[in-house]
Amino acid sequence: MNRRPFDPRLLRRVPATRRQLAVLGGLGVLTAILVVGQATALAALLATAADGRLDRVALVGFVVAVAGRAAVVWGQGVVAARTAATVKAALRADLLAAVGQRGPGWLAGQQTGRLATLAGRGLDALDAYFTGYLPQLVLSVTVPVAVLARLVFADWSSALIIAVTLPLIPVFGALLGWQAQAATERQWRRLARLGGHFLDMVAGLPTLRLFGRADAQVDVVRRMADGHRVATMRTLRIAFLSALVLELVATLSVALVAVPVGIRLLGGGLTLSTALLILLLTPEAYLPLRAAGSRFHASMEGLTALDEALSIETDVQGRAPSTTENDRKGPLSTPVPDGSTPVPDGPGEIRFESVTVAYDRTTALRDVTLTIRPGERIAVVGPSGAGKSTLLNLLLGFVTPTEGRITVDGVDLAAVDLDGWRRRVAWVPQRAHLFAASVADNVRLGAPEATPEAVDAALRAAALDEVVAALPDGVDTGLGERGYGLSSGQRQRIALARAFLRDADLILLDEPTARLDAASEAAVLDATRRLVAGRTALLVAHRPALLEAADRVLRVDDGRVTELTRPEPVA
Amino acid sequence: MSGGIGVERVGQQPGRGGRRLAAERTVLRLARPYLGRLVGAGLLAAATELAGLALMATATWLLVSAAGRPPLDTLTVAIVAVRALAISRGVLRYTERLAGHDAVLRIVTDLRTRVFASLAARPPAATDRSGDALSRLVSDVEAGQDLLLRVVVPGAAAAVVGVLAVAGTALVSPVAALVLAAGLLLAGLVLPVVATALSRRTAAQLAPLRGALAVDTVDLTQGAADLAAFGAQPAALRRAEERAGRLARLERRLALTGFAVDGAGVLLAGVTAAGVVAVALGADVGGVLVGVLAVGSLAAVEMTLALVGAARQWIQLRAGLVRVAELLDTAPAAGPPSTGTAAGPAAAPAAGPVTGEQVPDERHWVLDEVVVRYREGGPAALDGVSLDLPPGSRVAVVGTSGAGKSTLLGVLTGAVRPTAGRVTVDGVDPTDLPPGQLPRAVGGLLADAHVFHASVRENLLLGRSDADPDDLDRAVTAAGLHDWVRQQPAGWDTMVGEEGGQLSGGQRQRLALARALLAAPALVLLDEPTEGLDPAAADAVLASALAAVPARHSVLLVTHRLPGLAGFDEILVLDSGRVVQRGRHVDLVAAPGWYRDQWRLQKVAERGYTSLTA
Repeated sequence: MNRRPFDPRLLRRVPATRRQLAVLGGLGVLTAILVVGQATALAALLATAADGRLDRVALVGFVVAVAGRAAVVWGQGVVAARTAATVKAALRADLLAAVGQRGPGWLAGQQTGRLATLAGRGLDALDAYFTGYLPQLVLSVTVPVAVLARLVFADWSSALIIAVTLPLIPVFGALLGWQAQAATERQWRRLARLGGHFLDMVAGLPTLRLFGRADAQVDVVRRMADGHRVATMRTLRIAFLSALVLELVATLSVALVAVPVGIRLLGGGLTLSTALLILLLTPEAYLPLRAAGSRFHASMEGLTALDEALSIETDVQGRAPSTTENDRKGPLSTPVPDGSTPVPDGPGEIRFESVTVAYDRTTALRDVTLTIRPGERIAVVGPSGAGKSTLLNLLLGFVTPTEGRITVDGVDLAAVDLDGWRRRVAWVPQRAHLFAASVADNVRLGAPEATPEAVDAALRAAALDEVVAALPDGVDTGLGERGYGLSSGQRQRIALARAFLRDADLILLDEPTARLDAASEAAVLDATRRLVAGRTALLVAHRPALLEAADRVLRVDDGRVTELTRPEPVA
Repeated sequence: MSGGIGVERVGQQPGRGGRRLAAERTVLRLARPYLGRLVGAGLLAAATELAGLALMATATWLLVSAAGRPPLDTLTVAIVAVRALAISRGVLRYTERLAGHDAVLRIVTDLRTRVFASLAARPPAATDRSGDALSRLVSDVEAGQDLLLRVVVPGAAAAVVGVLAVAGTALVSPVAALVLAAGLLLAGLVLPVVATALSRRTAAQLAPLRGALAVDTVDLTQGAADLAAFGAQPAALRRAEERAGRLARLERRLALTGFAVDGAGVLLAGVTAAGVVAVALGADVGGVLVGVLAVGSLAAVEMTLALVGAARQWIQLRAGLVRVAELLDTAPAAGPPSTGTAAGPAAAPAAGPVTGEQVPDERHWVLDEVVVRYREGGPAALDGVSLDLPPGSRVAVVGTSGAGKSTLLGVLTGAVRPTAGRVTVDGVDPTDLPPGQLPRAVGGLLADAHVFHASVRENLLLGRSDADPDDLDRAVTAAGLHDWVRQQPAGWDTMVGEEGGQLSGGQRQRLALARALLAAPALVLLDEPTEGLDPAAADAVLASALAAVPARHSVLLVTHRLPGLAGFDEILVLDSGRVVQRGRHVDLVAAPGWYRDQWRLQKVAERGYTSLTA
């Protein structure tokens, strides 16, 4: 991949940066003028000082130029940092929004640790790019131009030497930089892997301890870290080598200019102030290019993160329409505009019309046709991995049919406003996520406006009230990111409480009592029966007790759905 | 779970003020073995800066002298010096940077390992966020790296250069040296202190905000399905965006003050040089040397200004450093990983003879009147439970949620310490077993079994690293996962997603079960091993799993499913921490009580189910 020093996609993505970048350019021009002014004044000052006199005008001019540069440095830093902050905030928002847009199906294939690293530390690396590299990039254009322009008037032969040697810096930089670029990309991937690896290791620490492997794993972490060090040093040897070559080119060019100037000075062909001006200005011509070069290495991490962030989002925009196109290939479907049709009113009839869902490796559902009438409670049974959860995921809009379609009151589910549709659905997943928030906020997930009384009622309905009462801060107790502190059964009941609080027409329960013992199961089932009363419900069941609440029973096996006849009620 | 109380507060606030620079000391203590490398890097850095300073000074001297038209040979030395300095500066800088980075990266490798070791040594705490922990290892540890590389080394180099520059100036003109010293002190001490004071308060707020943002990200990614289903995504996104915005505002504020200091530094360098010229002229210093002094002091002050950057960096690193130090200090036991040489994965559990004698394969576990209270004066999670587990015993524990089943398992694994009573294995306290033997004495499938983001094979080998393909095959077959593995294109090398996300709940459970069977410790604990499987599969998997446990190894099964327990030596019914019924299945179903009621209920329900699926 060819890495440019500036990614034009950024301007499109974050238009606010245009103005800030223009200001940076203006400040760069101002800096160049002030650099020339400062050197001119200092040369005049030192030339008269050589005769033992103090040139007050030159002294004042020098101080004024320095003061001007000080102000410009300040302004440049502030503008650059603000640009960085703007870009990071915008990209973070986009990244998080992309996560939301893509949905759970996409996320399952991504490493969440990698995304977390990218949205956090990864983007923070952009600071070095914006405050360190970008201003230098501007100066590396404006300053050499100004210096050459000044020197052409003072001493054209020196200007010629500079003009010839100056391009060597970007040429060498590019030659050596390519090497460093590939190496840095590898290093970044390692770092991301280290991040993912560590998250995984920490989450699995209890398991590691149980198998007596925590200590051995310390060693694995050491090896990973050591590998990181070796890889980094390999990168740096090349990265620093390019800096060395650039520095040598620059300093030797200065010597190349300075020594003949000295000789000519000796022969009387040049005034001292001109000679000093050349000496003072020549390094300035090389400095920004070199600084930009060295900071480019430091900012590459940021650029890589930027590239990754921009690519993920581009994916979202690039892929979404094509998926929709595929969805429409079902024989029964008519082309409909996506996601804009309002949700039909009232409890609708849900129909699966020859729905097939194929994943990369497996086909989860094959040619499923089925009707769910309003108010019907349907139990779904079948071996694990047979496609039961996929049925629910279809109704949640997490998965779209590869072939066929699903309608609600005759309207294609793929065409309706998904958020509006989901508002009418309550879902109890197999493994609910507990958010880093209080118990109450976790229960209020689908109904943020719910009163404390309603939350209490939901907790009671989910047979969780006593558990919550025993927590240190009751409903205000914070739950950890991974739901530390609650057993899986309790976590499950939090999910049930969420569903209770959400006044939904369609209830989707994915093995809601999987983690409960018989007594709690009875309590939850009791509540579940109340919950599904008068509502449409799809209950994935692996436990017999749940079947009693169902009107019909479907069996899913290897992606095919068959209806079972209801058994005689047992006494 | 034991009454479900697991949330506890662990947030220790660091004692402010009392332990100033304690975090830095922790990092520097870690750096001690590499002190030689660090000092070398510092000296090289100083030499680099001096070479640069000497280059400009010599070149100026050359030009100003040449203007006086001396004979050429008086200038020859200077000409050679200019060229030599030009080359040596580049070479010095290259070696300095390599040496510095190498030293620091070595220290950071140590640091990274220690951070993980101390996390491993700590019991998982309620406030331990994986997102936060991630931010810790990846960025806080790099704070240690930056502290040394961008604060300590340049600081030392600038101090050396400053002292030498003042000394050199003093040889020419003591007054000019005073002006230069003043400029250097302002640039090297006052400005960094100002920069520190300006940014300290806001910078301390950056690290927690970033940590919170990381938690937000984890909630948004790992909880994406829940958020989407409940329409809560917009609100969660808003919160995260709001936090990102707050972070951005903070960063802007830091920039405004921070770069003001940069501007002041530029001004200071120029004014110092101007002052030196004026003072030196006033003191009748020779014209040639005035130029040298002016250019030299300009360069010296500019170099010292690097300390402003170092100070700013240091402040930004502080919060991270403090967190790292806290982590390391709270686990003082975490020394360097004790397992010396071949401590690779193969060593620990597999090759028994660590102590020279064979680790016994069979163990006799005994619980004697064990009482567990999580809080003093609180209800007992276990209340006088006794249990005899001779080699080869098969015992099941049933009871309602919160009856104490998980606590019982915790007592056996050593995760929970009994408040009263005794746990012994072959007559000794499990904690007195030689290190490394406990995992061979007890283990299995617990509720928090983690499926790692690695291949199926690697996940299994965690149970027993020297297992051969046949062992793997047997374990996977016993857990009922064999067909699935065979169907995968990558077979044993199929990567299972983060948190086992590419697997269904049932498959994840089977994988964890297979791993536990492979490990086959003397006492195999099985906590709801068939959770997430439908009854027919559950019975089959339980039967094959039990058959896969070697005959002289014991099994303790925690389950809610009563069918399939007929062959067990003993069944314990727990209620509120007490054993309310115990005996064999035939006896328990014959006697009135909880067990018989549950068994009837389940049998009736199951028959209905079986008739459905037949």
